[in-house]
Amino acid sequence: MTITTGEFPYAVEMRDIVLRFPGVLANDHVNFTLKKGEIHALLGENGAGKSTLMNVLAGLYRPESGEIKIKGKPVTFNSPKDAIASGIGMVHQHFMLVPTLTVTENILLGLKEPRFIMRLAKYDKKILALQEEFGLKADPSANIWQISVGEQQRVEILKTLYRGADILILDEPTAVLAPQEIEELMQTMRILVDQGKSIIFISHKLNEVKAVADRLTVLRKGKATAEGIDPQGLSRADLAELMVGREVIFQIDKKAQVPGEVVLEVDKLSTTNNRGLAAVKGVSFSIRQGEIFGIAGIAGNGQSELVEAITGLRESEGSIRINGVEVSNCSPGKAINCGVAHIPEDRTGVGTAPNLSVTKNVIMKNYTESPISNGWRINYPAAHDHAVDLKEGYDIQTPTVETQARKLSGGNLQKLILAREISGKPQLIVAMQPTRGLDVGAIESIQKLLLEQRSNGAAILLISEELDELLELSDRVAVIFNGELVGQMDASQADLNTIGMMMTGSLRSNE
Amino acid sequence: MNLEVILRAGLSTGTILIFAAIGEIIAERAGVMNLGVEGMMLIGAMAAFKVAYATQNAWLGLLAGILAGGILSLAHGLVIIHFQADQTVSGLSLTFLGTGLALVLGEGLTGLNTPTIPSVDVPLLSSIPFIGRIFFTDFNILVYIGYLMIPLSWYFIFKTRPGMHLRAVGEKPSAADTLGVNVYGIRYLYTFVGGCLAGLAGASISIAISPGWYSSLTTSGQGWIAIALVIFARWNPVPAALGGYLFGMLRRFTLDLQGPMTILGVKNPFFYDHNLVFFLQMMPFILTIIALLWGSGAARRKRKGTPAALGIPYIRGERGL
Repeated sequence: MTITTGEFPYAVEMRDIVLRFPGVLANDHVNFTLKKGEIHALLGENGAGKSTLMNVLAGLYRPESGEIKIKGKPVTFNSPKDAIASGIGMVHQHFMLVPTLTVTENILLGLKEPRFIMRLAKYDKKILALQEEFGLKADPSANIWQISVGEQQRVEILKTLYRGADILILDEPTAVLAPQEIEELMQTMRILVDQGKSIIFISHKLNEVKAVADRLTVLRKGKATAEGIDPQGLSRADLAELMVGREVIFQIDKKAQVPGEVVLEVDKLSTTNNRGLAAVKGVSFSIRQGEIFGIAGIAGNGQSELVEAITGLRESEGSIRINGVEVSNCSPGKAINCGVAHIPEDRTGVGTAPNLSVTKNVIMKNYTESPISNGWRINYPAAHDHAVDLKEGYDIQTPTVETQARKLSGGNLQKLILAREISGKPQLIVAMQPTRGLDVGAIESIQKLLLEQRSNGAAILLISEELDELLELSDRVAVIFNGELVGQMDASQADLNTIGMMMTGSLRSNE
Repeated sequence: MNLEVILRAGLSTGTILIFAAIGEIIAERAGVMNLGVEGMMLIGAMAAFKVAYATQNAWLGLLAGILAGGILSLAHGLVIIHFQADQTVSGLSLTFLGTGLALVLGEGLTGLNTPTIPSVDVPLLSSIPFIGRIFFTDFNILVYIGYLMIPLSWYFIFKTRPGMHLRAVGEKPSAADTLGVNVYGIRYLYTFVGGCLAGLAGASISIAISPGWYSSLTTSGQGWIAIALVIFARWNPVPAALGGYLFGMLRRFTLDLQGPMTILGVKNPFFYDHNLVFFLQMMPFILTIIALLWGSGAARRKRKGTPAALGIPYIRGERGL
């Protein structure tokens, strides 16, 4: 489907865009065009320059050279304001919403209207009308922190539409959504295009791109490896190769193996969430050596609290035994000494100290051990060597090991965390959403690392919302709903439908 | 001991705290924590007194006090917004800077007489029985301005467009920035506004409510009380004002407690007992600490009030806030 209208066939034309960050050429003579009324997918691994290119278009960065035309007219953007005035609306990957303001207030933020006094009731009505038009529902008078992630995303889209945007940039919009919400988003995108909007859809999920995009541009290391091609003829493997620059193996290589001794035994575990409400309710399960136990479930059903209880970060009732030793209500240090590795959901808040160097981040668990520590002081040369070893062993892309962890891309940060956790030869690995938001290449290496640990005899607790991944990697799976495990089964016997129904609470069974 | 006297004293001296606390609320709502309130108040008090004396015009003195506080706050703004330094450290040094400057420039002002902002009755309102006598009679004009400032600042913060921008900048500056809101500009502006109000608070001591220049005793730690009030009030001007008046009343109460020989027929243990006087003077501050502990505990439980980006410099393009 290609629509070309009148004088300007292209809603957006970007030619020869060059942008350099210290040490990186983020965009290397990139061309990008968006036709009016199309969905144009922009693919690439993390750090390939997609977000940079779009931030140029949204007026956040100024390119060193290159030309941008909007609806046929050359433009230079000095600030996001200029881009917004040209009809460009960007929905950022990390939502740009103020949690304590209402939906309507967030949409009105930064506008000249209302002049001074906020007559919110009046604007609530206007927003409702806009919601009707595009089928984007979110209660206008609710605060952002009260609504779901899917609704927050709709607010982001409404924000751009309210400003009269007709060119929408959606930066990895599906990364934070549950499967049903993704389907709804795709519906919305089709409605928007039918109403004459043009959409740039950033993603690295290949099936989504094939499902919704009219054309496709692929970036790799700041350069375009495909410009505006039709995605339909391409296979998943072709696309992956354009992104990664080599063949990607989609087949997960999981060897059959007989699990060994029981490592983790959780019995009638209960715990509360941050607001003091019951979050995990009498959960029991066990994991053996060389076994991956997967827990599926929609976020917020007690997964985080369960993981925190096991890793010693949260008080709980009931029993948690690791190799027969009771560890419930012990410190995280005790859990570490019992051989627990924790790959947390929040990579920058819990998994790493973003302002410290890679070296300091990788020695966080073994800084008391020789050779990194010799009693009371840290042996920095040894720590440095250790970090360099891990950097090379786990292929962590960073200029040096003295670089601050926050400068790493998501995939490399996750590799750093895995390197630290796995290098301690853990007996139990607790991994929460280990591949969330990562690109194909990184997902592949993370999965490979987890399977390697399984072969080495580690017991692995895997919590993920990616059902395909969960079923492929796990030996046994269970579903968590409302703080309870509602089904435990062999992964080979599990089917997506049953699990989907358990996830939403419409089916409860224990065998 | 007279309840009416205590109430009126609370309204009068509470006004000082209200100006400073509302100023700090406005700055902190924009994400700027300024622990230099004491310094800004003191320099405001000094400048107001000095200018009022030199020009023999109290109103010019008031203006000078406001501007002095505002200008000093810009030093804080430059350090924390432009150079993105630590707000706690910069704020504390601002207190030292303000105090030091005020003491040096205020040398020789002690004991002088200046014109002061007059006290008046509010027409009409003062004739309401009882209420008029307590709230609207023979107060300094600044006390009435304090009354007005409570609802106005609340309305500004929560019900107007600039107020919404102010809160957005303090909660999630990156969101405001992407929508074309000038985060740095707004932070500078409200740092300045907060400083001006602290300066006004200082001026309202030295040339209005308890006139005179007594070097660092002029403010005697009220800037810190104002900061405590901000936290206690969870960044809302209305509870901050109530707390300010209550604190004013407490101070008067502990003073009055030393007067009578008997209270309700019982011998008054506080009657001119020099050791217990210190204890009494300490009471309001102890109550402040208790209120703070209680207030911050409640705030933590409810996870509301504290601006999320408070104390965090905004750097465009960085992940996080």
